[in-house]
Amino acid sequence: MPHRTFFAFIFPSLLAMVLFITLPIFSVVAQSFFVEHDAILTTVENCGPFGCEAETKVDTEAMAKLRAEAPMGKFAGFSNYLNRNHLAVAEVSAIFSDNNGPRDIGARLMNLPFYRALAFTLAYCFFVTPLAMALGFAVALAVNTIPKLLRGPTIFVSLLPMIITPLVGSLILSWMFNPAGILGAGLQHLTGDPTLSLRASPALTWAVLLLYGVWTNGPFSFVVFYAGLQSVPQDTLESAKMDGATRWQAVRFVIIPHLMPLATFVALVQLMDNFRVFEPIVGFSAEANATSLSWLVYNDLVSQDSAQFGSAGATSVMTIIGVLILLAPVLLRTWRDFNRKVV
Amino acid sequence: MVDRRPLALRGLTTGFLAVWLIAALFPFAWTVWGSFKVEADFFSRESWWFAIEGTRTQAQTGGSFTLAGYEGAWIKNEFWKPVINTLIVTICVTCISLFVGTLGGYALARSGQRYAFWVLIAALVFRAMPHITLVSGYLLPFFQLNIWGVLPTTIIVLVAINQPFTLWMLHSFFLSIPKDLDESALVDGCTRFQAFRMVIMPVMWPGVVTTGLFSFLLAYNDFAVTSMLLSQDNQTMIPKIASFLGSIQNEGNVMYAVAAVVSATVPLFVLVLFFQRQIVSGLTAGAVKG
Repeated sequence: MPHRTFFAFIFPSLLAMVLFITLPIFSVVAQSFFVEHDAILTTVENCGPFGCEAETKVDTEAMAKLRAEAPMGKFAGFSNYLNRNHLAVAEVSAIFSDNNGPRDIGARLMNLPFYRALAFTLAYCFFVTPLAMALGFAVALAVNTIPKLLRGPTIFVSLLPMIITPLVGSLILSWMFNPAGILGAGLQHLTGDPTLSLRASPALTWAVLLLYGVWTNGPFSFVVFYAGLQSVPQDTLESAKMDGATRWQAVRFVIIPHLMPLATFVALVQLMDNFRVFEPIVGFSAEANATSLSWLVYNDLVSQDSAQFGSAGATSVMTIIGVLILLAPVLLRTWRDFNRKVV
Repeated sequence: MVDRRPLALRGLTTGFLAVWLIAALFPFAWTVWGSFKVEADFFSRESWWFAIEGTRTQAQTGGSFTLAGYEGAWIKNEFWKPVINTLIVTICVTCISLFVGTLGGYALARSGQRYAFWVLIAALVFRAMPHITLVSGYLLPFFQLNIWGVLPTTIIVLVAINQPFTLWMLHSFFLSIPKDLDESALVDGCTRFQAFRMVIMPVMWPGVVTTGLFSFLLAYNDFAVTSMLLSQDNQTMIPKIASFLGSIQNEGNVMYAVAAVVSATVPLFVLVLFFQRQIVSGLTAGAVKG
């Protein structure tokens, strides 16, 4: 295809991506170096019948003018990245220079918003991804053994947790885990602890969020693995059986190697999706016990008095760096494969 | 074929599958059922049996089922407004994504050049960007340009965020169509665009329908973009439900939110019911999930 035709065809798509994906990334980087303007204070003298009083208040007119002149705020260098709400350099060095052992370090780091969010985001990524894949694989193996007639309805039901809107799915589960909901009340009954609730127990919040993640991510692995199972070479399977392989050995040495390329693909997609975990935190109202990087950005943007663009920008940039680190192995491998192909 | 698996293994498989199916279906069934009860039943501290029998519902309304939640959500809180907005947003996003995406995907599938490969890799990186980080980049410029809060802006943004995935998926569908088809059309004197429109597109419909489903799902399920970029009056369903929740919980009308959530779930169920095969084939096309 000639270059000109190629660009004519891809132009609208490329334009959309440059305008609304590339430019915002630059805009976020720029924003992260600014902070909101300080309030301009003026002193007004109020003179009443009982003498004069000096009153300090925010000069709204001057503020509006300043905002119109410099909407991004005032330049702050790297201070957004280093302050307590982000990398918290001063606090972290204080923690490491003076502490009571690793448990103390961990507990105090978890009090810093950025590290708290990072810890949950990574935990969600690296627990949910393998567990959901294992669940999906097991369901795929099981579905593969049932009669053809039952497979359609089974697949239908299995798709539901994936297709559901993340916010809606997490709301549904959070109502069930409410102390007055069926699962929440059941848990209280089982443990004999009438005060057990998501709000009161960080451990339970984490467990339920991870459970939600596995529930909603499992079906994707299931569908991909199930499709992969249909193309397992039957003669290899037969000859393995002939040679006396047990069922488990057939799975281990024939089926799993066959599904390996698919598994890499699933793992990549799921890691990318799980790294941006956000809606469950809103749906479960879990912010007191668990936050994620995406939630931090959201929280800055919807904050009560005025949106904290600088702070949101700094968290966003660090999140993007996280995504790139996550993708690095894939990008490197593609790069190497590509160069080999050319040579 | 005779099932030669030992009984124990068969029992284990069936049992496991049953547990999974219950886990997948029960939350929805429970919530749909409970949405026709009063709050004292659905959130019953005494016994979950209340929610099944509707003891309190009977006492409060006279029947075992009540539409009070739906009435509160749809009529009192005007849930139909966000529903119409959602309809507009999802239909526009799906159509524009497909139009732009088929052109781009076709070009990527037919160009063997180096840069086509790099566009695909860039799209992969873009696909991994958390949406909320992009949103934090939009807000200030959109305020400045005075285009914040309206539906068209949101539609364009969702189309753009959708593009990386759409391109990948359509690209892999176009690859499965033999090159000879458009080449013979070119030999017969078609221009590239004519070949694309009159020869390739007619055989691409299954791929387009599948990709369209995923574009629809992305627009429908989105919370990050729609909740930040739309003003109160223009909100779509999902952010509406979120903002609902805070205001309603104080008034003790959680059942309104439950009814709204069930209303938002039904279209998805219908979609899976009718397009199950396309969804499965889309996920397995070696493409990328949305």
